[in-house]
Amino acid sequence: MHAVNTSSAALATRSRLTWFTFASPANFYRLAGVLGPVCGVVAAAFAIAGLWMGLFVAPTDAVQGEVYRIIFIHVPAAWLSMVLYVALAFWAAMGWLLNARMAFAFARAIAPTGALFTVLALWTGSLWGRPTWGTWWVWDARLTSELILLFLYLGYMALVAAIDDTRRADKAGALLAIVGVVNVPVIYFSVVWWNTLHQSSSLTMGKEQHMATTMLVAMLLLTLACWAYAFAVVFLRARAIVLEREADSAWARALVSRD
Amino acid sequence: MNGAVFLAVYQRDLRLAWRRRTEALLPVAFFLVAASLFPLGVGPDPQVLKLIAPGVVWVCALLAAMLSMPPLYAADHADGSLEQLLLAPDAGLAVAAAKAAAHWTISGAPLVVAAPVLGLLLGLPAEELPVLFLSLSLGTPILSLLGGVGAALTLGLRSAGMLIVLIVLPLAIPALIFGAGAAAAVDAGQSPSPHLSLLGALLIACLVGAPPATAAALRIAVE
Repeated sequence: MHAVNTSSAALATRSRLTWFTFASPANFYRLAGVLGPVCGVVAAAFAIAGLWMGLFVAPTDAVQGEVYRIIFIHVPAAWLSMVLYVALAFWAAMGWLLNARMAFAFARAIAPTGALFTVLALWTGSLWGRPTWGTWWVWDARLTSELILLFLYLGYMALVAAIDDTRRADKAGALLAIVGVVNVPVIYFSVVWWNTLHQSSSLTMGKEQHMATTMLVAMLLLTLACWAYAFAVVFLRARAIVLEREADSAWARALVSRD
Repeated sequence: MNGAVFLAVYQRDLRLAWRRRTEALLPVAFFLVAASLFPLGVGPDPQVLKLIAPGVVWVCALLAAMLSMPPLYAADHADGSLEQLLLAPDAGLAVAAAKAAAHWTISGAPLVVAAPVLGLLLGLPAEELPVLFLSLSLGTPILSLLGGVGAALTLGLRSAGMLIVLIVLPLAIPALIFGAGAAAAVDAGQSPSPHLSLLGALLIACLVGAPPATAAALRIAVE
């Protein structure tokens, strides 16, 4: 973290910490440079503890056997996939309302991680479904809405990537994210209704039974690990985005030329 | 909303479409061709076709509506007239609403008319045809309104066509579920009215929400 204390302008702003201190790209760049690795270390620690709990301490499930252990990664991934979409829309809205460049950069940085967790949730779910339900995929309401969530992420990323002008890409992406998040409940309930109407699969998720405390702890630890990982990656990605966008500014030039 | 702008844009778009009649008929031609591929793909078994008919008709209508979206603003954007249009006082909303209305009149309404014919072709029983007609009458305006948002967001982009499909289709899923579900409900011996009511509710929500979103997207695109 030798990037600290380089420019005098940064020193001036460091003295007064306000809500908007880190809306400045230069300040954010330094903050993310610290927070990113810290979150990464935290994520690794929680992941090791959670995996140890999940794989060695937690007992074998009476009904499902060993395969249930997939939920230790599946459930956190599914949670994160949904939370990150809301976070994306939140930063998009913030960018829109406050006209803050950092908020847009943050929204953009969140999207790939959210999509990754969505894919992870779908993939682990299907790995779990094969031995438990005997099929890779069912058009269950939860699976279907998770798949649609992936499409929403892909739509956002494709739109943002297709627009060359950064400012327009930010704003158009933000609008799409906000429209998407407004639609998420409608999509979810229509899918649930569609699913109950087509009673083709009467499979239960098998999560009703009481969970052992160690299972819960393992899941909690891995959830924290996923959160920390998401923060770490989003900070680092936002940092890269900022540096790329501010390539012409004095602080970025000073930073790059010194390195 | 600026009523004069709305009428002017709407009438102008209809006149332009009338002068390029073949082009205006392309969506409905696509609709018929795409739906006709299904019997060839899944086989001519009447039972299977009857079962999938509402879904096939709806999915094809969805795709036809989305594929006809890119030109909606493209020509006006390319020759600069869109920017001029948006200069009028609170014209964004009027332009967005007029464009969606014109799109529905030119591309949506023919789909609604053609749908019962396709239903017959796919062996849909006579009592389901009016429901299919009704569900598409409520549903195609939703597609025009949502598609308008997509068209405005992707204005002037190289891959606008594919992008519109990718970003609008997830949003159109509720309309698809309730629209195709209405005819399927009749097939299952239920009343289609809950589906149609929900479709109507979606239409109202889109009427209120989509034009402002489209107007915002247009402002982003031309600023």
